[in-house]
Amino acid sequence: MRNIGVFVCWCGLNISRTVDIKRVVEETSSHPQVICSTDYKYLCSEPGQKLIKEIVKEKGLEGYVIAACSPGMHETTFRELASRCEINPYLCEMANIREQCSWVHEDREEATGKAIKLVNMAIEKVLHNEPLYPESFPLNKRAMVIGAGVAGMQAALDIADAGYEVLLVEKRPFIGGHMTQLSETFPTLDCAQCILTPKTAEVARHPRITLMPYSEVEEVKGYVGNFEAVIRRKATFVDWNKCTGCAICIEKCPKKIYPEFECGLKEGKSIDMAFPQAVPYKVFINKESCIFLNQGKCGVCAKLCPEEAIDFQQQDQLVKEKIGAIIVATGYDLIDKSELAEFGYGKYKDVIDGMQFERINSSSGPFSGVIRRPSDGKIPKEIVFIQCAGSRDREKGKPYCSKICCMYTAKQARLYKHKVPDGQVYVFYMDIRAGGKGYEEFIYRSVEESGMLYLRGQVSRVFEEDGKLIVWGMDTLSGKKIEINADMVVLASAIVPSNGVKELANILKITTDEHGFIQEAHPKLKPIECMTRGVYLAGCGHAPKDIAESVAQGSATASKVFSLFSRNSVLAEPTVSIVNKDECSGCLSCETVCPYQAIEKENYRGKVIAKVNSALCQGCGSCTVACRSGAIDLRGYTNQQIMAELEALLWK
Amino acid sequence: MHNQSQSFRDSTISTARELEIELEELPDWYCCGAVYPLRSEDLISLLSPTRNLMGAKKEGKELVTLCSACYQVLKRTNYLILNDADKREKLNNYLEEKYDGSTKVLHFLEVIRKDVGWEELKSKVKTSLTGLKAAPYYGCLLLRPQKELVFDHPENPTIFENFLQSLGCDIVDFPYKTECCGAYLGITEEKVINSAVLKIIQGANKRGIEVLITSCPLCLYNLEAGQKELMKSGHISKPVPVLYFTQLLALALGLGVDVCHFEEHQINPLPVLERLK
Repeated sequence: MRNIGVFVCWCGLNISRTVDIKRVVEETSSHPQVICSTDYKYLCSEPGQKLIKEIVKEKGLEGYVIAACSPGMHETTFRELASRCEINPYLCEMANIREQCSWVHEDREEATGKAIKLVNMAIEKVLHNEPLYPESFPLNKRAMVIGAGVAGMQAALDIADAGYEVLLVEKRPFIGGHMTQLSETFPTLDCAQCILTPKTAEVARHPRITLMPYSEVEEVKGYVGNFEAVIRRKATFVDWNKCTGCAICIEKCPKKIYPEFECGLKEGKSIDMAFPQAVPYKVFINKESCIFLNQGKCGVCAKLCPEEAIDFQQQDQLVKEKIGAIIVATGYDLIDKSELAEFGYGKYKDVIDGMQFERINSSSGPFSGVIRRPSDGKIPKEIVFIQCAGSRDREKGKPYCSKICCMYTAKQARLYKHKVPDGQVYVFYMDIRAGGKGYEEFIYRSVEESGMLYLRGQVSRVFEEDGKLIVWGMDTLSGKKIEINADMVVLASAIVPSNGVKELANILKITTDEHGFIQEAHPKLKPIECMTRGVYLAGCGHAPKDIAESVAQGSATASKVFSLFSRNSVLAEPTVSIVNKDECSGCLSCETVCPYQAIEKENYRGKVIAKVNSALCQGCGSCTVACRSGAIDLRGYTNQQIMAELEALLWK
Repeated sequence: MHNQSQSFRDSTISTARELEIELEELPDWYCCGAVYPLRSEDLISLLSPTRNLMGAKKEGKELVTLCSACYQVLKRTNYLILNDADKREKLNNYLEEKYDGSTKVLHFLEVIRKDVGWEELKSKVKTSLTGLKAAPYYGCLLLRPQKELVFDHPENPTIFENFLQSLGCDIVDFPYKTECCGAYLGITEEKVINSAVLKIIQGANKRGIEVLITSCPLCLYNLEAGQKELMKSGHISKPVPVLYFTQLLALALGLGVDVCHFEEHQINPLPVLERLK
């Protein structure tokens, strides 16, 4: 039997307003094993902790209950305090009388009764607790970054600069992400390629970065410090060790296609390089369109390649890699065309999205940087920009703001005016959201200086008539319906998570939110951590964000990796499942329910039984429920402990 | 229906027979109320559509409507009963009967799609309408609110186009197809109707549309009456006839003009249809 103490916190008025603290102290002090029960205004404060420490010493306590806030808030504080008082931290329990009691109840009498019960339960828990000691595991100081956009590249560079090996996996055949497609960037109007290529070049030549372009992660096993990933290296049908990027093959390839990079606006070839500054500077064959791969003849590229680099026999390769930490930087796509039917998007060639405008404005784009419209190449004189195309629209299931559209629309409108000074710009907007350094000033200069018409309201329909695009909209400030005969319409289409993120999230055992963006561990305090330890999150895969924020997040995840890699081993929570070897019947029902693949097999006295890999086990307790013979227990939450708590709740 | 809209009635009954769709008149049916109430507490207006839905349930059959307005009122009432327990209870208490929202409400176009299919319909066409430049006019009541009606894409519907294609028409892309005709404002604000109709008809004329096809008696009335006024005032010179989809279907199935009762129309479609013979 143990001597324990109870400490009840007021949390200022947070708890004391609805819970009668004095009564809680009185009622709990009558418990035979509680040799001391007391209260304090703020237990988490320094004097509060000092008080606990003194009482522990004075009364010789062997464990204690803190009746205060949620363990999510301060369990660590009070468990560390226990260590300093020379008590095993797992002999400290929190009774949550704030979030689950005082905050949610109004009746003082009832709330006090509930608080007493909660504390009584925690007392029984402490009495049945065993001292627990965390296990330590070795740590592989090598990181994997998934996605080589600007966020992923930044993370990779920071980690590699700090002296660790990095594996950078990218699904496209080149690195740089969507930023490679942009013409200029807000709010400084510097050329996207000019500020990006130093980074892509640095990534390519960095001795500690292993680049895996045109590759996708297929499987991830293991746990923090010791992950094992299977990566599919997709066949490019070109031996990149031989390819010099001379581009003879591109010139002679007879098959024309519209590559994704140019958003369907510029012709490319079946064997191609995405753009002139591509890193790696290598060609690849588009499997779907290549004549040789589909019909078995042609092979012009193979005949002409001076390096004999073309290899039609090339197969996808599965590569196994060991890493200790993972950064997910999967980026974004734009909303599907079919969801913007009211704007004629996908139906009329001159209704384009923001990314297509970037390509049109780009010097390597379809019109070498001259603003022309896709249908007939004419210079548009009346241009309509529509913001929030799909965003902030509950009907389309995207109630969120895509965050960057106000800024890039203003940027595109200004770049258009630079190139077509006699053109007229109309911008339909819902609100202008320009939160960022220099953003508000940028928008105002656009609105005031360039003679653009900013119209507050939404567009109901866009259609073609007499060679013009008729835009029907509403100006809600004047209350008037507006009809514009435009030459081109640019949609600031909603940002959505990039294709395949859901599958990747399943592989990594991390969660996605209702819109498919990856869920962070805490919206404020752990914005770049995933729920799975050792997995971090950067860039637009988390939520829409601009370049500066993506870069900052990339660096932030790198610093998380540093603090992980600064240790020589990882400590695992000791609250894991344990199998009673004699009672286990070997049915392995636990194996099917375990979400972490932590159940292994073991030979024991001539039979096969279950064994828990304590490094993989996250302590969810699924196996303890599934076990038919009751042979599995969760340390710190044993059946016996839970029964004791229930008894305290129901019969005391 | 029996007095005012024989054109709609006879063309539907005859085409349904031809397509082997069994239609049966709902015994003791009521007017649906014509407008779905905008005030959420206006449950009295929902009693008559609820009685119709109950009637169909008692017969153990699906409830088929021809008119877009009836479709909208019945389907939305059904949606409310199915999804709002509080209002369901109030309606049930008032009617002293239990109705749970289990009747399936279908538009006749949906029945053709479901029970006949576009390919099958194509094979049944006797008089092909090839060369007839037709455009659908969905109006507003068939499609929105999408969550409740689940009829077709609210901004880019295609069911009418599929239907017209099966009949062999030359379909014209008509961006005004989901615009409002002015609806009940015809009673109080004739000008609004005229300006709405003017836009629609000008759009149709520009695209060389010969007939507009609708499923809504109110659209048909407004488009015809509006055009007559606009002809008088000289705003338009060439009127565009408006037909119910069932009339066009009857012609394509070779059932003749008699079942179409074109004499009910304010704009005679016969001159346009003449050459199809």
